Formats: sequence, C-alpha cells, structure tokens
Amino acid sequence: MLGLGLGLVLLIFLGLFVVVAGWLIVTYNGLVTLRNQLQNAWAQIDVQLKRRYDLIPNLVETVKDYMQYEQDVLTQVTQARAAAVSAQGPAEQARAENVLTGALRQLFAVVENYPELKANENVMALQEELTSTENRISFARQFYNDNVMRFNTRLQTFPTNLVAGLLGFTAREFFATDDEAEREPVKVDLR
Amino acid sequence: METRGLYGEIRANRRRSALLALVLVGLLGLTGGALGAAYGSAEGGLAVALATGAVLLAIAWFGGGRIALAASGARRADRQRDRALVNVVEEVAIAAGIPPPETWVIEDSAPNAFATGRDPRHAMIAVTTGLVDKLNRDELQAVVAHEISHVRNLDVRYMTLVAVTVGAIALLTDFAVRHLAWGGGPRRARNRQAGGLLILVAVLVAILAPVSARVLQAAVSRRRETLADLSAAELTRYPEALARALEKIEADPEVLEAANRATAPRYIVNPVRSFEARARGWLRTHPPTEERVRLLRSLVTPGASS
Repeated sequence: MLGLGLGLVLLIFLGLFVVVAGWLIVTYNGLVTLRNQLQNAWAQIDVQLKRRYDLIPNLVETVKDYMQYEQDVLTQVTQARAAAVSAQGPAEQARAENVLTGALRQLFAVVENYPELKANENVMALQEELTSTENRISFARQFYNDNVMRFNTRLQTFPTNLVAGLLGFTAREFFATDDEAEREPVKVDLR
Repeated sequence: METRGLYGEIRANRRRSALLALVLVGLLGLTGGALGAAYGSAEGGLAVALATGAVLLAIAWFGGGRIALAASGARRADRQRDRALVNVVEEVAIAAGIPPPETWVIEDSAPNAFATGRDPRHAMIAVTTGLVDKLNRDELQAVVAHEISHVRNLDVRYMTLVAVTVGAIALLTDFAVRHLAWGGGPRRARNRQAGGLLILVAVLVAILAPVSARVLQAAVSRRRETLADLSAAELTRYPEALARALEKIEADPEVLEAANRATAPRYIVNPVRSFEARARGWLRTHPPTEERVRLLRSLVTPGASS
C-alpha cells in the first residue's frame, strides 16, 4: 500500500518534470528562432546601406562633368559617404547616414537646375535606384522593428516572462526613426 | 461596420475564412454522397468526389501559377526596362520579410495587378503596363503591397483550394445531370418510388450545390481582399496611397483584355465589368471599391468608419 502510494507520487513528480522540461525546451527554441530572425533583419539593414554606398560613386561620376560649378555639393556627398562607410558604433553611424541622406537630397535638388542632367537616362536610372534604396533602408528598419516587437512581446508575456531572464534573453531596443533623429540629432541612440 | 483595429480585423478574417473553407469541403462531400446515393452507393459517390478534388488540386498546386500567367499573356519583367517596378517589388518584399517574388508584366493599358504561386518561394506578381504608367510611385507601391500581402498571407494557396473545391462540385453535378438527363439513371434502385425520390434529391443537390459553392467562394474571396488591403496598409504604413490607387483603378475606363471570368477574381480590382460580376452582391469576388476605400481611410483616423 505504502509502496504503491510512493510510486504514484514519484510518477506524478516525474510527469510534472517532463512537462516543465518540455515547455522549457519549446520556449527556449522559440526564443532562439525569434532572436535569429531579429539578427537576420538587422543584417538586412546593413545590406541595403552597402547598396547605397555602392551607388554613390557611379552617381558622382555621371554628373560631375555637367556640374563643374557645383563641386561643393559633389565633395560633400563623397565626404559624407566616406564618413558613413568608416563610422564606428551605431550612434555615430546613424548620424553619418543622416548627413549622407541630406547631402544626396541637396545633390538632387541641384540636378533639378540642369535640364540636360534631368533628362539624362543614366541620371534618371541612378535617381530611381537611390530612391529605391532609401525605401529599402527604411523598410528594412521597419521589418527589424516589427521583429523587435514580436521578440519583446514574447519575452514579456506570461508565462515566457518567468524564465526568459534565466535563459539569458533580454528585450531589444527599437530602431528610432529618421524623423526623431532629425528632431534631436545629438541625443538619439540608434542601434 | 465597427472597427476592430488592424490586428483584430486580420484575426477575424482568418477565422471566418477557415470556417468557410470547412463548409465548402463539407459541401463537396455532401454533393458526392447525395449523387452517389442516387446511383446506389453514397460511399462511392463520396470517394469519387474527394478523388476528383484531389486530382484538380494537384494540377492547380503544380501548374496553377504558370497557367494563370500564360492565360494573361504576361512577360518576365526586365530590370532595365521595368526598373521602377522591379525596385518597388523588391522594396515591399523587404518590408514583408519574404524573398522578392518573380515579377511579370502584362502589356495592357488598363491598370490592374494580380499575384499567384502556392507559397512565398514560388510566388509571382503580374502588373499591367497601365498600372505602372497611371499610378505614382507611392500608389504603385501600395498595389504591390496588396499583392505581396496575398503572397505572405498564403491567400493564393487558400483561394486555389477553394476554387478547386468549387470546380470539383461543378464537375460532379454537371456529369450527374447529363447522365440523368440522357436516361442513364440509377439501375440498382429496386423500388421505383424510392428511386424517383432519390433522383429528385440528386437533381436538387445538382442545382443547389454549385450555386451555394459559388456564393461561398465569393464570400471567402471578399474576406481575403479586405485582409490584403489591411496588410498592405501595415506594410507601407500609408493606407491613403492604396485608397487613391483603388479609386484610380476603379475610375479607369479601359477594359483589361487579358482577363476573363476565370482569372478575374485574382486581380486587385475585378476587371470584368459586366452586370453579373459587378452588381450581384452575393457573387462579388471583391468588396465594393468604395467600401475598401472607406475602410482604408478609417485606419488613418480611428473610429471614422461608419
């Protein structure tokens, strides 16, 4: 009798242990999957930033013959690109990217004054590619933020929140948007 | 209509669509069973019905996308020639986090677009030259986002399943009606009266099943269109652009020659402008454009929809 009762208790504990361990494994794997998706989304942003760096020398090369009196603008773009490529750390990089975006906008504003350039097929193609790249960058950031939201929500909701810390997962920060960056250019901490 | 917020709408859409699909498969089984019973074997009828469905599904699964593209006379988009279009598709794919779908172009001045392919890896998007010419970049992006949403939400796979079920029901009842009409009739029915009753039931099913299947298919399609509109707004964060694009497509007087009744439900706005496709509420494959525009604009100012 006593032996049977003890066996039953042991069985119940064993069952509980299996259930808890199984839940932990599923939770852990789920979080790892989400974190990997997050890292992939982050890498996508870099891919698109590189795409922009690669386009700029082409653009400068195409327009420079027409724009002999606008060397300042071209130099600014080239310098901004160099600064962005060599930027260290997320905050500095975000600032450099913002400067580059501004310089490119200025360049295209100047192009508007040159009818030949505006009608030039290469320039038009490059302008389309840069517009697209700006969109890609902001969509890649948006997708990253969507993933941050999913990851953080999983992390902070019951019952995952009970063990997320123990398993070594911490909430991620959102990527602040460009608009906010422009409002407070010095304070932003972009990751 | 009350607003439930974007995520509420998406959840409600998914729930209702799943229910409708279930009802459709039940209807296919019922049709097969009833027609089979008239010939003396309900189980046999059921088996034939499900087998027909499976064969049609296999064809649609492996060839459906290409068939639709071939039917519309599309060509592969070229990175040089269709630069903006290819770029827009790649941009929106980044926002949706899926590999960029193959892009195809239909040489037709009527603005429209559709998506096909069973999952994001096999997805294809077709856009008319009219759409590229008549919309600005934001509007084109919104339409592409609608199509990419169909891809990401697995709508194409889902609508294929529904279309195949409806097609199978139509095939079965067609066959049965012809057979009965040509005097083949059930041979095994021993009692004439019981046989007559069974035939009557079979004829009724043969009339009602295809019609109700079509009504259900249209209902599922309308749900998926609404869901794709909302998902597109979520991707571009700019519902107004889609609202404007829909208005432009709706107001355009040109007729899409590449479309026919079979491919019409796939397009972003129904291109077949005949009375039956547009006017009959129950058979509409798309919600009225004004309603879609109103829903999209209500996303900008919450609670503004009535």
